[in-house]
Amino acid sequence: MTGIILDIAEKRFPATAGGPARLVYQQFRLEVVPFSFLVLLAPSGLGKTTLLNMVAGLDHDFAGSTRFEPPPGRSFSAEGPRIAYAFQSPRLLPWRRVRDNVALPLGGDPEAAEKAMAMLREVGLEEQAEAFPERLSLGQQRRVALARAFVLDPDVLLMDEPFVSLDEAGAARLRDLLRRLLARRPATVLFVTHDSREAVELGTRIVRLDGVPARIVADIPVGLSAEERRLPEAVEERRRAVFG
Amino acid sequence: MSFLRSGTASAGDERREAARSGISGTAMTLVSLVLLALAWQVAALIVASPLLPGPPAVAEAMLRASADYALPRNILITLGRVAASFLVAMVVGSAIGIALGRSRALDRVFGPWLIVLLNLPALVVIILCYVWFGLTEAAAITAVAVNKIPNVAVTLREGAAALSRELDEMALVYRFGRLRTLRHVVLPQLAPFFAASARSGLALTWKIVLVVELLGRSNGVGFELQTAFQLFDVATVLAYALAFTVVVQLIELALIQPWERHANRWRR
Repeated sequence: MTGIILDIAEKRFPATAGGPARLVYQQFRLEVVPFSFLVLLAPSGLGKTTLLNMVAGLDHDFAGSTRFEPPPGRSFSAEGPRIAYAFQSPRLLPWRRVRDNVALPLGGDPEAAEKAMAMLREVGLEEQAEAFPERLSLGQQRRVALARAFVLDPDVLLMDEPFVSLDEAGAARLRDLLRRLLARRPATVLFVTHDSREAVELGTRIVRLDGVPARIVADIPVGLSAEERRLPEAVEERRRAVFG
Repeated sequence: MSFLRSGTASAGDERREAARSGISGTAMTLVSLVLLALAWQVAALIVASPLLPGPPAVAEAMLRASADYALPRNILITLGRVAASFLVAMVVGSAIGIALGRSRALDRVFGPWLIVLLNLPALVVIILCYVWFGLTEAAAITAVAVNKIPNVAVTLREGAAALSRELDEMALVYRFGRLRTLRHVVLPQLAPFFAASARSGLALTWKIVLVVELLGRSNGVGFELQTAFQLFDVATVLAYALAFTVVVQLIELALIQPWERHANRWRR
């Protein structure tokens, strides 16, 4: 599918009333191979979200480039790869019903409503299709956000701590759901978190960032099989091996 | 030993409370209005002058004015002017307000103009419109609209400045495009601001329309009031005022409030 090549010569935040200008990235290079699940692990405030926003095309204010490589022998449509983004908060439209929230990224697709319903069935929220998002629990809202991301059949999936502020059981269920969704619709994933357990359970490769400007301090492949990722003991053992 | 914790009711509880006691609420309103009519009748009896006619005299004047359909016709004419200027003011005012709310630079340049316009007396605008554009229907409607536009613009500017950046980014990533972003992301966020300016707008518009009619039109409620004024016919003045107030209140109940309820149905 799609690889991502990040080549950031320089990214800085301008000085604001709250503080001086800050250099976030300098000569930062990262290649994400197609179909990999790359987890960016870093303390908060380091610029992880900024990195995702640059890849998503939400932040153009930097020197350098972010490129997407189409799979060999294929090319993108004029619009580029299909990008889905699961934000830190679900960012659903509160005044649109759950089904419409999922259908909206499909645009004028005549089968948008049916595809949205099929997607909601997959995340187990068929019954809530006609509800407004604010009537759902946070866990359910995050499921809707996942459905909205996957309904596009994305080439690239950006995820910014999408399971934060859930209880551990709820987060575990959502991680499980994410793995199942990815098994059916493979995509290249760039996943931001500060939770090392989550990183090991989901990632095929973990990249740790630290410092100002942010640099890659560790690049760790995670060789867990799909079965092992379902076992908390296997995940925990691997986590201890990696992070001590 | 028991420990008692008393809760404070939230606004939502109060709303539900009000809905449950809706029938008695309507009854109370009726009682209150009947009391007002009684007080009016008593005052009329004490003063005993044609300058303060009681409710029966005003009802009679209303019937008299309706006999040749003058009252309903004039109310319809005035309502037409209210609708036209209200529509112009909402569209133009919203466009200006959204533009100023979205662009700090535009707001710096044109924001002070709004303050000037807001403080310009309605009468001055009306006189200028009639002087510059003649005693025409277009001038009348323009005069009313210009009076209302700054209010709408100021309200919508608040709304546009408070638009969610997060949802904007979401719409951008998922490639909603301009039109769908406007329809599904921007306008729903502005709905409460539209409602607020529509509500105050209707109240302001119909009051100014009467003045505009009084000064430069030869029909409508405002013109009839002027005629009655010259004849010191207070009963007719009150008859028109009452009839028109009832019509405007009906519009509020039948159009604006249901729309607001519909626009707010997603709220918890």
